[in-house]
Amino acid sequence: MSSIDRRPPVRRYEHGSRVPGWDEAVDLTKPPATVPDPALTPVPEELRAAIEAEMAKYPDRKSASIPALHLAQRHHGWCSPEAIKQVACVMRLTPAYLTSVASFYDMFYLQPKPKHDVYVCTNITCSLLGADELYERMCEAAEGHDISVRGFECLGACDIGPMASVDGEYVGPLNLDDPKLIVEDIEAGRPVLEHKQLRRRAVADAKGRVDDFDGIAPVGQEGN
Amino acid sequence: MPHLLFDRIDEPGLNTIPVYERRGGYSALRKALQMPPEAIVEELSQSGIRGRGGAGFKMGQKASFLPKGEMAKYLTCNADESEPGTFKDRELMQKSPHTLIEGIIITTYATGIHHAFIYIRGEYQLQADILDAAVAEAEAAGYLGENILGSGHSLKLVVHRGAGAYICGEETGLLDSLEGKRGNPRLKPPFPAIEGLYAGPTLVNNVETLGTVPTIINMGGADYAKIGTEGSTGTKLISVSGDVQRPGNYEIELGISSREIIYGLCGGPKPGRTVKMWFPGGSSSPVLLEQDLDLSYDFDTLAKAGSMLGSGAIIVVDDSHSAFEVMQKVVKFYAHESCGKCVPCREGTNWTNKFLARIEAGESTPMDLDILASVQSQIIGNCLCVLGDAMAMPVGSIVAKFRDELEAEIEAARERANALPLTDTEDLLALSAH
Ligand SMILES: Cc1cc2nc3c(=O)[nH]c(=O)nc-3n(C[C@H](O)[C@H](O)[C@H](O)COP(=O)(O)O)c2cc1C
Ligand code: FES
Repeated sequence: MSSIDRRPPVRRYEHGSRVPGWDEAVDLTKPPATVPDPALTPVPEELRAAIEAEMAKYPDRKSASIPALHLAQRHHGWCSPEAIKQVACVMRLTPAYLTSVASFYDMFYLQPKPKHDVYVCTNITCSLLGADELYERMCEAAEGHDISVRGFECLGACDIGPMASVDGEYVGPLNLDDPKLIVEDIEAGRPVLEHKQLRRRAVADAKGRVDDFDGIAPVGQEGN
Repeated sequence: MPHLLFDRIDEPGLNTIPVYERRGGYSALRKALQMPPEAIVEELSQSGIRGRGGAGFKMGQKASFLPKGEMAKYLTCNADESEPGTFKDRELMQKSPHTLIEGIIITTYATGIHHAFIYIRGEYQLQADILDAAVAEAEAAGYLGENILGSGHSLKLVVHRGAGAYICGEETGLLDSLEGKRGNPRLKPPFPAIEGLYAGPTLVNNVETLGTVPTIINMGGADYAKIGTEGSTGTKLISVSGDVQRPGNYEIELGISSREIIYGLCGGPKPGRTVKMWFPGGSSSPVLLEQDLDLSYDFDTLAKAGSMLGSGAIIVVDDSHSAFEVMQKVVKFYAHESCGKCVPCREGTNWTNKFLARIEAGESTPMDLDILASVQSQIIGNCLCVLGDAMAMPVGSIVAKFRDELEAEIEAARERANALPLTDTEDLLALSAH
């Protein structure tokens, strides 16, 4: 899923098709999972309430699929079969449907993952400015830590390229020494690279600027 | 040149209603609610404003396509902003979210819509939090909800976070995603204005387009149309990045010269470097060269020059980079983001990606560039949406404009790989027999 894929390339037969085992096999002997039975599917109360609040926002409850998967992923750490089953139970959908949705989007993990997320942008602008090397350094720095590092597509912050999103916080422009500092900040539970956070950056346009710019973006009510 | 959206946007507290109102915010809404809805659509048409999301379709015209009368209709603000190089909506939403909210309220009043969504890309967590807070504040102030300011108009506005997929910026992919599905584009027609979200008529507009609506109402459409050029009215937020000394977001009057933007505002490439190529409208736009820098930056001029203004994202590449490297990055992105629904796009983007890997491995010949170009032309116009075209167009333009360099790159790669030198036809025949 990431743009720089560290997995070995999928092996192929001579004639081109993929060798079995490149993807997860489907167990064809298992009956298809239906909408989970609420009596048999315990759902943590706060997760249920949060998903129900999302469903109430839309004319059609299905629209809450992505917000609900975000909630479940935050609760469980990844979109585990259990997490998906709980969402399916509350939303009255099948686990297969939600899995098909989750597998489409880059931010959902259908495999267990480390706690912290670092997305290093390796798209065009950032790579012109040295993102590929930065990505390598970030991988080295994160080794042995509870941190997942992914090469990501343009994160919409090319003005601070090369950049990364660290647990959702945008930081840049980064140099090759920053990965080490990022890991230290994560481990210490501090805000990451405070002086390089996008939220503290003034607009480039001179007429947009003010003398009393405090350099801190307001924080919204509740995080997601 | 007037600054309509970015004027002192860094002012502390502008994201809250008290500061926004002190600066005249929500006065356009009060004015609009005194006007008949059709008169607002008329102002939008007169302003000549073209969509700021990429396609440049006239906003007033799109709004007039919506069926009139009471029915389940929707407005969706496209805040997916995933086109590589684009980051203007981010700055507007983060620093002045009420500009967007006010624009949305006016537009829904004009079109008789009571349910609106802001579809924001999932990675923009800070901006989504700020929007959530701003929506709550606007609800508390009576700008959202039932019977807004006693006008009888009511509106529910929901901020919806995506989860990382470029295709959800495409309007019909966005609608499927908002319905809780995989973000696959739909067959058009029917266009969203007739049959969109939940099969109801739906207006889809970009953040900047909707954010400009309060200004148009305040100024009047006719006065707004005096800014810019005839076919490209108004100001435009542009995102400039890459090899320039002052990257970032700028508000410009449409029709200024591209050189003025890249060199004047952004300081050009580092000293000693020159502009090798530039994308005028995101990575989907065909590249232009140094000699094109004097083109006026507006929709029509760039289209005539064989490229497009797109989302207003200028990516500058200086002469320290190879054309091959640029092409490879562009191709990887589209291959990764193709949703897989249409064969020419799914196979074409991935084939092109593998093909470039082959060039890199020294397994190609310069002749293969013709195959590369012809595959691009097979993608264009053959899919439900233009994601595939968005790769094929810049790749086609790079092959056409940097052919010599790419041929030299192929030869160099072959040498690195110790491939047979391509001296005469016998070698070629030997190669093809492999
Ligand atoms: C692959 C693809 C991605 C797109 N991404 C975006 C986007 O991120 N933001 C956006 O506003 N428009 C995007 N568009 C354009 C939308 O389809 C649509 O034209 C636009 O949102 C309409 O709004 P406007 O008329 O105000 O520009 C994209 C189009 C395509 C084909
Ligand atoms: S290219 Fe890296 S943020 Fe856009």
